[in-house]
Amino acid sequence: MEDAWGAARSAAQVWLSLVVGLIMLPAMFGVSLGITETYMKVLIKTLKWATFRIQKGRRERETLKPSPSNGIIQRDDGSMEKEIGELRRSRPKRPDGGDFTLSDVFYFSRKGLESIVEDEVTQRFSSEELVSWNLLTRTNNNFHYVSLRLTVLWGLGVVIRYCILAPLRITLAAIGISWLVIGTTVVGLLPSSRVKNWLSELVHLMCYRICARGLSATVHYHNKQNRPRKGGICVANHTSPIDVVILANDGCYAMVGQVHGGLMGVIQRSMVKSCPHIWFERSEMKDRHLVTQRLRDHVNDKTKLPILIFPEGTCINNTSVMMFKKGSFEIGGTIYPVAIKYDPQFGDAFWNSAKYNMVSYLLRMMTSWAIVCNVWYLPAMTQMEGEDAVQFANRVKSAIARQGGLVDLSWDGGLKRDKVKNTFKELEQKKYSSMVVGDDSSD
Amino acid sequence: MGLPLVESALQWNSGILNANRDPKNDDVEFQITRLYSRFHSLDKGENGALSREDFQRIPELAINPLGDRIINAFFPEGEDQVNFRGFMRTLAHFRPVEDNEKSKGHDASEPLNSRNNKLLFAFRLYDLDRDDKISRDELLQVLRMMVGVNISDEQLGSIADRTIQEADTNGDMSISFSEFIKVLEKVDVEQKMSIRFLH
Repeated sequence: MEDAWGAARSAAQVWLSLVVGLIMLPAMFGVSLGITETYMKVLIKTLKWATFRIQKGRRERETLKPSPSNGIIQRDDGSMEKEIGELRRSRPKRPDGGDFTLSDVFYFSRKGLESIVEDEVTQRFSSEELVSWNLLTRTNNNFHYVSLRLTVLWGLGVVIRYCILAPLRITLAAIGISWLVIGTTVVGLLPSSRVKNWLSELVHLMCYRICARGLSATVHYHNKQNRPRKGGICVANHTSPIDVVILANDGCYAMVGQVHGGLMGVIQRSMVKSCPHIWFERSEMKDRHLVTQRLRDHVNDKTKLPILIFPEGTCINNTSVMMFKKGSFEIGGTIYPVAIKYDPQFGDAFWNSAKYNMVSYLLRMMTSWAIVCNVWYLPAMTQMEGEDAVQFANRVKSAIARQGGLVDLSWDGGLKRDKVKNTFKELEQKKYSSMVVGDDSSD
Repeated sequence: MGLPLVESALQWNSGILNANRDPKNDDVEFQITRLYSRFHSLDKGENGALSREDFQRIPELAINPLGDRIINAFFPEGEDQVNFRGFMRTLAHFRPVEDNEKSKGHDASEPLNSRNNKLLFAFRLYDLDRDDKISRDELLQVLRMMVGVNISDEQLGSIADRTIQEADTNGDMSISFSEFIKVLEKVDVEQKMSIRFLH
């Protein structure tokens, strides 16, 4: 009994010192020992081989089906005028151009059926489907049994991910979070000074680096010269809470968010001791004026860190960028757009909050192969003359979508939970009415 | 994943399954599998059937002026749930008409995507009480759904009257299915009421 206990303790000690020495310390100082690189190389080779085997195993089909997010049905993007005009082709034109025919319903019924088969919005709120299986059970939708070797590889993958990688990552995450809380509290005890700011930035960076290792995150940052500066606002597309860790790995930001209870609350309270973040009470969030004022005060103080905001307001599945809420664009600071694109081959980073809560989501992250993503810093943008907040928001959104290779949608991310506003239907009705009535000016 | 259901749907949809693998059947199998995925993702309650709320969750359908009527087309009389079979049955009306199907002789049962059945689908969007006639009221209802508040009652009434006048041949002040077909004989129904898969 004594021996077993002693053996367990020494094993834990060895484990901990390995973790600290090989992973945590280099991470804290931004140095890489090359372990992750080797792991990624092996992983890429293995997945390539697996893809090859699956392709060989497919009956008759040589070509891989393209990604479903490219669309499965042919959609005529003709306008209402063009389509209904074609339907009415066989009738003589009336002098005022307006008409009603029984066949007008064809246009609406086809559009309706098309949207039932496939629509632009609902697919953005669930994980992207992969073209080829990446040996994770969770992404196995349409892939059938192919070969024994592949199954063995998958089994090996399960063992490695759950028994080796997951405990490692959980340990790192625990160390990272506790260090964040302790470190920021300690720094918070110092009087306000340049030293305090520098130390606070250091502590934040180190902790986020440890957390990033805790997710096996491999991030490629592009265009670092455009990195957000003090007194600015950083906006990015939102896929998951991990976005914060990814961005904070490379720079220090002031976070904006709601006050939470529990562990999140503890983290929030200690973070704000060392440098100013903006946490809102739930009741304050409803008062838009108050929110804008607080953000504006923060931005106008040029010594404070840039704010990090996700204008979509909710997590989207990283295939598209949805409507940016105009609130962040009314504050008046310089906007630094950032595009984040995850590589779904190694792990799906999207948080489907309807399906998984935060803890199970984090566990899923820690049992994926890795989180690989690209971060592009885009040049700063400011509101132009004669441009209102909505147009400015759309301009920034298009720039981010273009850089990240994402689809640019005007639909509101809030449609995840809410019904669509009736005004859009009324717009369609108005458009159709003008086709029925024509341009008769004698009214 | 419900593959046996897909297999049976495949048999139902393409008649007798060929013994030798016709590449066209691979396409059909792919389409049915994708439609099953779609059905499954719309089915939030995960009970194997869709309700009207499940359809209304699609934003593009919710803003379609005829959205409610289209959703109605999926639900048989008095029912609130549609299963995958029913879902496919309604969608089958919008299958493109293949050339070899056009030349088929007089089948005992007309395929769901024939010109006639496509026109019947559209007819039923108007004919809510299923009495095989589009009355003036039914026509007005659909018109009102499509134009919203933008046209006055009088103007809408005169449009309805004119439409019935043009179509009505037997003087009963309503449009029967055969009158409906006659009015639309020049419209390219096969093309306009079809949804093509990309593969």
